Amino acid sequence: MSEQLNVPTMAELMAAGKTPDILFWVGSAGSYDDRAKKITKAFVKILNKAGVNFAVLGTEESATGDLAKRAGNEFLFQMQAMMNIEVLNMYEVKRIVTCDPHSFNCLKNEYPGLGGVYDVVHHTQFIKQLIDSKKLDIKESDYKGKQITFHDPCYLGRANSEYDAPRDVLSALNANLVEMKRSKATALCCGAGGAQMFKEPEKGDKDINELRTEDALKTNPDIIATACPYCMTMMSDGVKVKEKEAQIKVMDIAELIASSQNL
Amino acid sequence: MNYLPNIIFAIALIVGFGYFARNVKKLVRNIKLGQDVDVSDNRSLRWKNMINIALGQSKMVKRPVSGFMHVIVYVGFVIINIEVLEIIIDGLFGTHRIFSSVLPEAVYGFLIGTFEVLAILVFVAVVIFWIRRNVIKLARFWKSEMKGWPKSDGNIILYFEMVLMTLFLIMNATDLHFQEMNTGNIISQYITPLFSGMSEGAIHFVERTAWWLHIVGILIFLNYLYFSKHLHILLAFPNTFYGRVNNKGELNNLASVTAEVKMMMDPDADPFAAAPEGAEDEVPAKFGASDVQDLSWVQLLNAYTCTECGRCTSECPANLTGKKLSPRKIMMDTRDRLEEVGKNIDANNGEFKDDGKQLLGDYITNEEIWACTSCNACVEACPVSIDPLSIIIEMRRYLVMEKSDAPTELNNMMTNIENNGAPWPYNQQDRLNWKNE
Repeated sequence: MSEQLNVPTMAELMAAGKTPDILFWVGSAGSYDDRAKKITKAFVKILNKAGVNFAVLGTEESATGDLAKRAGNEFLFQMQAMMNIEVLNMYEVKRIVTCDPHSFNCLKNEYPGLGGVYDVVHHTQFIKQLIDSKKLDIKESDYKGKQITFHDPCYLGRANSEYDAPRDVLSALNANLVEMKRSKATALCCGAGGAQMFKEPEKGDKDINELRTEDALKTNPDIIATACPYCMTMMSDGVKVKEKEAQIKVMDIAELIASSQNL
Repeated sequence: MNYLPNIIFAIALIVGFGYFARNVKKLVRNIKLGQDVDVSDNRSLRWKNMINIALGQSKMVKRPVSGFMHVIVYVGFVIINIEVLEIIIDGLFGTHRIFSSVLPEAVYGFLIGTFEVLAILVFVAVVIFWIRRNVIKLARFWKSEMKGWPKSDGNIILYFEMVLMTLFLIMNATDLHFQEMNTGNIISQYITPLFSGMSEGAIHFVERTAWWLHIVGILIFLNYLYFSKHLHILLAFPNTFYGRVNNKGELNNLASVTAEVKMMMDPDADPFAAAPEGAEDEVPAKFGASDVQDLSWVQLLNAYTCTECGRCTSECPANLTGKKLSPRKIMMDTRDRLEEVGKNIDANNGEFKDDGKQLLGDYITNEEIWACTSCNACVEACPVSIDPLSIIIEMRRYLVMEKSDAPTELNNMMTNIENNGAPWPYNQQDRLNWKNE
């Protein structure tokens, strides 16, 4: 690492008597998964560049429980949720941003009923706000004219009706945005949701991520853009299965923005 | 003797509507077997949903071809039924085309002319629907759950509509008085010549027969609804009203679990304290759902509303990749089991007698339940706001919390969350390590 990332924790800020404007919820994938960690770091670079006063929970963060809930374990979900809410409320957190649509959905929609009421935004929405408010100035980008297709994460798109923010951010790159035949409300899932990421698929004649990668390949993309760490895994695997990893990159929107600005 | 047709007509009406009312009562009873759920929120949004989605067909037209034809059949069905009002008055009081003597001729002609145009359009649309099912064989009408009765049901409905529209046009074409008026017979005037070789008496006989078959056909069709997927023509309205009003991604938090988790996390709670008075009744018999009575009444209403169009299944990523899961089958199974439970109650004087069967296991397999990615494609695709995903999640809850019957990998994942706060076996103290890597 050439430059040090500035990642304050809530505990550090509290000890210094400061409060951040927003909490960055890193999530389990963003913390531990090697590929997803790169997304996390790219997003932190954007936050640093835009001078955002943020903090993370660090070791005080725990899984949202979203996975357990989708797998049917409501007990485990609510235990995780209540522990997290205790920590979040202790720090008087008001706003949360996360790169994981699953955490986003869970924190935004399922925590309020258990006493955790926050203004939750997805990182694509947050980056869009940074661009719109000129806190992030997108200069000439390396992606000008590149063919990019965006894969809608189910928990950002259908689950929470956010189709525009990721596309608006991508359009700031002056890239050639091409839509897959199945996109937005009719986008096909990457195959990871509902806890599928952690188990072998049931018997069938194809893996879902392969089918979705075929959708993407039909657009002849240079880059498949995603906005979810689990979609990232699935689409990357799909591109490998199709032996296209030399020609086509799978990148998170945060990575595209960060790298286009040489962050 | 002159009143005989009136009496027969009245009896047909009473029997027709009576039997239908009896089945509607049964339908309501069956739906009420579901758990209570509060739907008093978001009234204005609910009305808006019903007006847009059911009345306005907003989701149907997302697929333009079938959507457009469906709108024709729907509008035709609703508007042509105004004619039924005239038929009923004529039948009961022995009048003939009562509206023609009440309304100005031009208005009456305009009305009947509209009905005739719609009738022919409906006929054409229904024929195209039949071709899509039986000749083009669209994949979604040929999935494994569409064998036997569901397949016949789909075709029977189309035949009914073809016959009813034909009878309506023949009835007009052979009504010589109506043809002489020469207003509103836009379509039927071209059918009249087919009967030109017949005597006036014979033509009158054809007219009467068509008239009677038309109204009797409508009554039979009305009563067919309860046994058919075609119930959606009525239930689409309440179903879109009571359908989901929050974000599709939001799963409900089980209140019974909240109470227990709060107690577990409260350091002052006395685990040995006796339950407060009346609390016993509040504890649900089980977590999640294994049978129809465990589902909410809205989910059961969903099942009766499903018209088996298969738009959900044709968008389901699991189904598209050859897995057994089909959201449509989840809804069909739920209805079939609910009907079975209803018949069981009828046969046992209003009490359900355990039949050793349940929805999960005897109708829906674990394999289907675990194949779901919870992507909401099925929910999005449904033109009448059915939510198959919520049923799948309730069954997962049952499997995990009541039976500890999750796939091994998922159990490992959940153990990791329990122990390390992450789905992988990493130490929570390493959660911020990425910063320095």
